[in-house]
Amino acid sequence: MSRHKLLRSRINATVAALAILFLYLPIVTLVVLSFNDNDLTTIWTTVSVKWYLAVLQNGDILRATKNSLMVACAATFFATCMATLAALGMVRISRGPRVLLEGLLGLPLLVPEIVTAVALLILFVLIGFPLGLTSVTVAHTVFCIPFAYYPIKSRLAALDQSLLEAASDLYASPRRRFFRVELPLLSSGICAGALLAFISSLGDFVITYFVAGPGATTLPIYIFGLIRLGVTPEVNALSAIFLFASIVMISIAFVLLQSISEQKKPRGAA
Amino acid sequence: MNGVAIDFARVSKTYPGASQPALDGISLSIRQNEFFTLLGPSGCGKTTLLRMIGGFDHPDSGDITLSGIKIGRTQAHLRRVNTVFQSYALFPHMTVAQNIGFGLEMLNHSRGAVRQRVDEVMGLLRLDGLGDRYAEQLSGGQQQRVALGRALAPKPEVLLLDEPLSALDLKLRKAMQVELKRLQGQTGITFVFVTHDQDEALAMSDRIAVMQSGVIRQVGRPDEIYERPADLFVAEFIGDANFLEGTCCARSGADGEFQLDGQGDQAPRITVDNVGHVAVGQKAVLMIRPERVRVVAGAGAALTGRVFETIYSGSSRMVHAKLPNGTLLRARLDGLPESGALTDEVGFYMDSAALTAFVR
Amino acid sequence: MNEQRLSNLTLLSPAVLFLAAFILAPLLLMLYVSVLERGPFGGVVWGSHTGIAYQKLLYERDLLGRLSFNSDYIAIFARSCRLAAMTTLITFLIALPTALYMSTLSRKQAACILFLVTIPFWTNLLVRNFAWILILRGGGVLDTFMQWTGWVTQPLDILYTPLATGIGLTYSFLPFMILPIYVALERIDPSVIEAAFDLGANRLRVLQRVVLPLAMPGIVGGAILVFVPCLGAYVSPELLGGGKSLMIGNLVQAQFGASRNWPFGAALGIVLVLALLLVMAMAALANQHKKRVSR
Repeated sequence: MSRHKLLRSRINATVAALAILFLYLPIVTLVVLSFNDNDLTTIWTTVSVKWYLAVLQNGDILRATKNSLMVACAATFFATCMATLAALGMVRISRGPRVLLEGLLGLPLLVPEIVTAVALLILFVLIGFPLGLTSVTVAHTVFCIPFAYYPIKSRLAALDQSLLEAASDLYASPRRRFFRVELPLLSSGICAGALLAFISSLGDFVITYFVAGPGATTLPIYIFGLIRLGVTPEVNALSAIFLFASIVMISIAFVLLQSISEQKKPRGAA
Repeated sequence: MNGVAIDFARVSKTYPGASQPALDGISLSIRQNEFFTLLGPSGCGKTTLLRMIGGFDHPDSGDITLSGIKIGRTQAHLRRVNTVFQSYALFPHMTVAQNIGFGLEMLNHSRGAVRQRVDEVMGLLRLDGLGDRYAEQLSGGQQQRVALGRALAPKPEVLLLDEPLSALDLKLRKAMQVELKRLQGQTGITFVFVTHDQDEALAMSDRIAVMQSGVIRQVGRPDEIYERPADLFVAEFIGDANFLEGTCCARSGADGEFQLDGQGDQAPRITVDNVGHVAVGQKAVLMIRPERVRVVAGAGAALTGRVFETIYSGSSRMVHAKLPNGTLLRARLDGLPESGALTDEVGFYMDSAALTAFVR
Repeated sequence: MNEQRLSNLTLLSPAVLFLAAFILAPLLLMLYVSVLERGPFGGVVWGSHTGIAYQKLLYERDLLGRLSFNSDYIAIFARSCRLAAMTTLITFLIALPTALYMSTLSRKQAACILFLVTIPFWTNLLVRNFAWILILRGGGVLDTFMQWTGWVTQPLDILYTPLATGIGLTYSFLPFMILPIYVALERIDPSVIEAAFDLGANRLRVLQRVVLPLAMPGIVGGAILVFVPCLGAYVSPELLGGGKSLMIGNLVQAQFGASRNWPFGAALGIVLVLALLLVMAMAALANQHKKRVSR
């Protein structure tokens, strides 16, 4: 496979290397400094994990983390369910209505976050919905739906129709066919979608900031508050932990997504 | 005489947006316990017809009957018909044993009964020991047999096979042809087989339906189709054939005499048995299989030609000759080396019973 | 066939109804709020309609009730547009060579780089911008490094300037530009490029006349994905920009916080939506033009 080998150029390679450097410099800096023993985070003294310990023992942080996890789990669950059903139903919709419906499904990703945040705040206030963890969960579900939808849709499109025909051929009723064949085969897409939704819910700030009420502090909101007060070593350590967790989760999701795109390639004749 | 397993009564189907019907008033009876093949070029409708038996497609008009019961719009999972798919369609998330037992599971057989039948089928298809493997770990031939086993396990009334051997290499293919034939005889299930390979069809079938552009051209036993093709399409599609253009110059009883075109009154006359309704003066095409054309000494033969090529293929030789009027004639002779090569000018003899006449 | 349609509706309805209720309706509501009168303690006076919020974008009333042109907000818009445009341009200049490089690698290697590029996107925005605070602030990493090498003698004053905001925005949105361009480059048939070289074009010409035009849909997509969110960005200007470089996002947040002017905040939101629609319309037109030209 030629793969544009003719476009090889040292300039491109250099820029690419610099770009990757640029992308990771802040992350690495953050992590490295979080192990700094010193209070003034940029003057290096000795290596220490004391800030990490401080973080893990901070009650506010643990509470905020718990809130974040609860919201993320709930939003992911609802969003993934709705997204799975939508992907299954979308298959049989004709082209015109499908474009519109998929536009609606993608809308939360297209609209700038601050606009969504403002709009949701206005809605909640209008209908008298109390601002708290529930309002945050609803808001998160809104943008989690598209994140969950695309991997599921992708997996569904790559599904070999003859497998479903074979199931029916072998006496499986539509219901049994769905649970024994279709759903298991979709599982990698559903997992990837759920993971993406979960990660984006955990990390969301702008929308959460607008629709959270008192007592509904999530981790990003807590971090924002800390940063506002000034740069502290706890923020460093907390950020590093957050970073690590995100990287682990996105790595898993990436592997799942790669396996889905591998299945799209036509199988060679047996 | 076997009863009728499947009956098609004037079945038609046109796909939306298509200019021609996929199936045009097909009427066909497939008997119980027979190995029946649907044969034809791609696009002829054979797969559509097969899918209608399985319930994956429905006719626009006409009836389909399975063992006496109309199954027109019955859903696929309610029909006692199983399919071997061209791509095998093995469930990738299930083991070989689970695949084979799937149908029985859906029919709510007990776990013990399922396991017993699965072992039986695996033994029948030489898949012993592979029960815990997954499809992607098997070779092409093994996957094919798992697909077969999965379809046979529930003991269906009819087994549909959609070009199941097309992905196999030649040697494996020939071996599977023999095996399929044996299985059909052993199990007594009606097999409906789809292929575009006429050698395969001739080798395996009890009866063949030759299809073209949504209609059935001829139904019959392999030897009937081969020796007595109903029309030019079938004659051309099945086996090798020589075609000689001529005009009928005499009739006597069922036989006829034809004069080849392009040579005027000097043209040789050829006698053909059983010419049907060909009238004197009508143009016709005479067909004869290369293996029925005999080479005789050049002098004194009624029909002569100039040899320009002899192709050797181990068990036989194909002699390519040109007749005086320009027509190509091929004769298949045995592979034994003759004493000396064939001379330029040879004579041909064609038995009147070996020829078939088709009206243009 | 009707049961088919019914089952489709049942499957789609949860997601569709939910989104209609929680994103379509709120957007429409926001439009409505933008034409309402602002409430005395924040919020709005329902039923009292006025265009004051939109008027506030350009004009202000002094204590005597006279209207005069106010360029403050225009300045903020201008800055936001400038920063968004600069970010789009700079990310493009970085992303194009990077994507080109990725397209010359084997599939596995490219997937690796893709992975590396995508990870930062999925980590928290706050955390990433916070890292830049560490780097850019007085006494921060950059400062310490520069003074250590002796390249500068006085502390750099980068944090809390538009430059810092720009750096933060570029950093946040670089992956958004790399991805679509790479995908578009992948779709180009290698033999087309080979043919161009065969016909004697040098690398630059091939890039200019073959690769760039064919990759245009990806470039346009990336530009939209960067420009629009940049316009409405909040985190980068808030953390890195300080009071000197307010963007639309900060302005909006203020209306729902200290300033308590909901209709004005809603009006600003509508302005952002209009900007989005405008950009998308331009992209669609450019697409149409390209189709007509290539016929």
